[in-house]
Amino acid sequence: MPINVLMPALSPTMEKGNLAKWLKKEGDAVKSGDVLAEIETDKATMEVEAIDEGVLAKIVVPEGTADVPVNDLIAVIAAEGEDPSSVQAASGTNGKAAPEAKSEAKSAAAPAPADQNTTPGGGHMSYERVNEAPEGAQPGGSPQPQGAGGRVFASPLARRIAKQEGVDLAAVEGSGPHGRIIARDVQAAKASGGTKAPAPQAAAEAPKAAAPAPKAASAGGAPAGLSLDQVRGFYAKGSYEEVPLDGMRKTIAKRLTEAMQVAPHFYLTVDCELDALMKLRETLNASAGKDKDGKPAFKLSVNDFVIKAMGLALTRVPAANAVWAEDRVLRFKQAEVGVAVAIDGGLFTPVIRRADEKTLSTISKEMKDFAARARAKKLKPEEYQGGVTSVSNLGMFGIKHFTAVINPPQSSILAVGAGEKRVVVKDGAPAVVQVMTATLSCDHRVLDGALGAELIAAFKGLIENPMGMLV
Amino acid sequence: MSDTYDILIIGAGPGGYVTAIRAAQLGYKTAVVDREHLGGICLNWGCIPTKALLRSAEIFHYFQHAGDYGLTAEKVGFDTAAIVKRSRGVSGRLNGGVGMLLKKNKVDVIWGEAAVDSVAKGNQPGQVTVKESKRAEPPKGAKGAGTYQAKHIIVATGARPRAIPGIEPDKKQIWTYYEAMVPEAMPKSLLVMGSGAIGIEFASFYKTMGAEVTVVELLPQILPVEDAEIAGLARKRFEKQGIKILTGAKVTKVEKGADSVTATIEGGDGKTQQITAEKLISAVGVVGNIENIGLEKLGVKIDRGIVVTDGLGRTNVPGLYAIGDVAGPPMLAHKAEHEGVICVETIKGLHTHPMDKAKIPGCTYCQPQIASVGLTEAKAKELGFAVKVGRFPFAGNGKAIALGEPDGLIKTVFDAKTGQLLGAHMIGAEVTELIQGYVVAMNLESTEEELMHTVFPHPTLSEMMHESVLDAYGKVIHT
Repeated sequence: MPINVLMPALSPTMEKGNLAKWLKKEGDAVKSGDVLAEIETDKATMEVEAIDEGVLAKIVVPEGTADVPVNDLIAVIAAEGEDPSSVQAASGTNGKAAPEAKSEAKSAAAPAPADQNTTPGGGHMSYERVNEAPEGAQPGGSPQPQGAGGRVFASPLARRIAKQEGVDLAAVEGSGPHGRIIARDVQAAKASGGTKAPAPQAAAEAPKAAAPAPKAASAGGAPAGLSLDQVRGFYAKGSYEEVPLDGMRKTIAKRLTEAMQVAPHFYLTVDCELDALMKLRETLNASAGKDKDGKPAFKLSVNDFVIKAMGLALTRVPAANAVWAEDRVLRFKQAEVGVAVAIDGGLFTPVIRRADEKTLSTISKEMKDFAARARAKKLKPEEYQGGVTSVSNLGMFGIKHFTAVINPPQSSILAVGAGEKRVVVKDGAPAVVQVMTATLSCDHRVLDGALGAELIAAFKGLIENPMGMLV
Repeated sequence: MSDTYDILIIGAGPGGYVTAIRAAQLGYKTAVVDREHLGGICLNWGCIPTKALLRSAEIFHYFQHAGDYGLTAEKVGFDTAAIVKRSRGVSGRLNGGVGMLLKKNKVDVIWGEAAVDSVAKGNQPGQVTVKESKRAEPPKGAKGAGTYQAKHIIVATGARPRAIPGIEPDKKQIWTYYEAMVPEAMPKSLLVMGSGAIGIEFASFYKTMGAEVTVVELLPQILPVEDAEIAGLARKRFEKQGIKILTGAKVTKVEKGADSVTATIEGGDGKTQQITAEKLISAVGVVGNIENIGLEKLGVKIDRGIVVTDGLGRTNVPGLYAIGDVAGPPMLAHKAEHEGVICVETIKGLHTHPMDKAKIPGCTYCQPQIASVGLTEAKAKELGFAVKVGRFPFAGNGKAIALGEPDGLIKTVFDAKTGQLLGAHMIGAEVTELIQGYVVAMNLESTEEELMHTVFPHPTLSEMMHESVLDAYGKVIHT
């Protein structure tokens, strides 16, 4: 009995993912625990492990395929004693598996088949299918039939308006019964500039495409800026290389564009004196015991103090420990502080939970682990979701002062500059002290100026009197 | 005596009692207060008893035209007292039914006149004082006067007939719907002031029962909220029946005689005339019951006699809600019911949306019947829509001919650009039962395509709904 390998759900909310890479080839022997493939979601890359033994008989979805719906057949493993060359997908687990396996040779040859439901016209497909019998499409080797997971539920009127206005229904959130998209959702999406012509896959293939729709927007639902052709028109042909977007880039583009458009930002800057903190840090680090390898049990960074201070500041200014949620504010008891970790090609913001309660050494340890796994793109979605605020520290690059974009749904972000010796006036006389400039970006829907000021003042107080963070 | 309720509703009309039942379904300890009757005006003095009267008139009409169907009926007559008794019986039966439903859902009924003393603040519930009502005996098991506590208070006090100064109803010669509902004898002549649903239904009833009827309407069109084309057809039919209709006309003075009233009517052309009739029915709309329930004291925002709400029933005073007629037009029972459900579901934290008032149907049960939903053709054009209009006459429908009802029209208005069904307007037999098909289509956001693809059963009047859509797109079959 051949074994079907289905697209796994890496998080409860995951609906589709990109098949980034196959680590096994057709014909390779597979045993339980072997890593078969890497799946890329909007932020994380995860491994698909084999849970059965056999031979990888067929790869149904080639690597590099974007937006593969969860539970779609991606490969078939021939069990021991079966002839891999004659293996068909096991029936019963997935209604569309069988025909797909038959057309596998063609689909593998086809250039990166896109999920039709997310292509520009895709939103209308399940509507138009009334006239297009799926059976008729099958023999033609349609690389990917309609996936049940990708069906967009929308009212007839919503579909028609979407078609007329060039709104991609896949990017529209439905407010009707059971999340069905109704006319007003499409109108709202249009009004908010959410017209998104090419789906991610189309964007990736855009270099080959002759002329994308004039309303072409950046991928991932971000509002349209200049179209691809417009941008190309500004530069000499051949003077640039075109880099397809990965899931992370799309997400960053979409989320942060949305953040700047939706969350009214304002910025509060303070200078924090670091001398006391540096001294305490030195004392604490010197006092660290040795672990079993003989290395210090911890080595606190300035950023660990910043995270802890932000966590404590949030609990001291409870009104600021809140996020905007459509028609209300969600207020939290414990402080969740995200920390921006730059990685090759993007960034992650893993969240330190209960940053107010955790000791500096715990925070430090968690951060080291998060940073290492972020760089390997091995963070779990639940580790970078949530958070009320974030800390973004560019001090190590010598940046003195900057402002950061709030990471939705959070309500603020602290941009931390380098600690440096500056001359300041103390008791009427110039004095040299170590100073760090920090700028809090606030979402004005949640935080008013005075409240934001209270939050950053609490932060400054803790940084300048760091003993307060130990008790 | 003190009880704390989660939800207390003032008024047990169609809005109030439905709200109470829904609240109880959601697990709330619920009470509903009324001073006079369960089921409110709708069930006792409005929608339901008029339908009973109109049914008597309809059957009487058929008897009079028995020959049209190859039947003979001799000595056809009526007994006014028996007609009224039947109508009251229908109300009484349903009124008892509401009591049963409330009991079944464990909703407490409190009898008396309620006024809100305070609304909930923090953990402190709001308070309502109920005074004894002298209007009617309490139903069995009802709680009496006293103060009651509730976390959420919903005002559903309904509306009453509007009175025009100088033409105040006196219950003798100048009637409102109350008196018109229970005539001791059929008047020989009748003047109806106002041509909305209430005025037209009584005009139709009394005309069928033999009265000389004159309808006076201030606006240039009878049934002012209806599509002009439909209202025009209605007018022709009424006039053919012998109802005299004066539009753009105003009753400026009424003099009461011993057994009659004489109204001075100023026409649109400035000419005045006097009409004398046995009775005058004042049907110039209704006004919300917003007085003496404590709203002013609580600072509840009121705009032109209507309690201002956010569309989900919430007033500007937290803990106080308003639904139904007091919360504004259209003042219809089905609107009140729906609004009440939205209100309690909002309190429960369910995902609710304000009602789309463009999708509330309206029905008038005169002969011929009139039903509509959505935008009239004129209104759609005024809003800037390029429209496609479909029409289908009853004369082209087999079932209508078989029924002996060849007069009528079904009209549909589409947005030419998107195919959205903007409105539907009907006149003719049984159209009040047909309109709901279009209402469902509108709520599902159907375009002309889905309506065209829908199979309508043959032979039915509903086929005309299909044909009207086809006509809008030049595909009609039977005309």
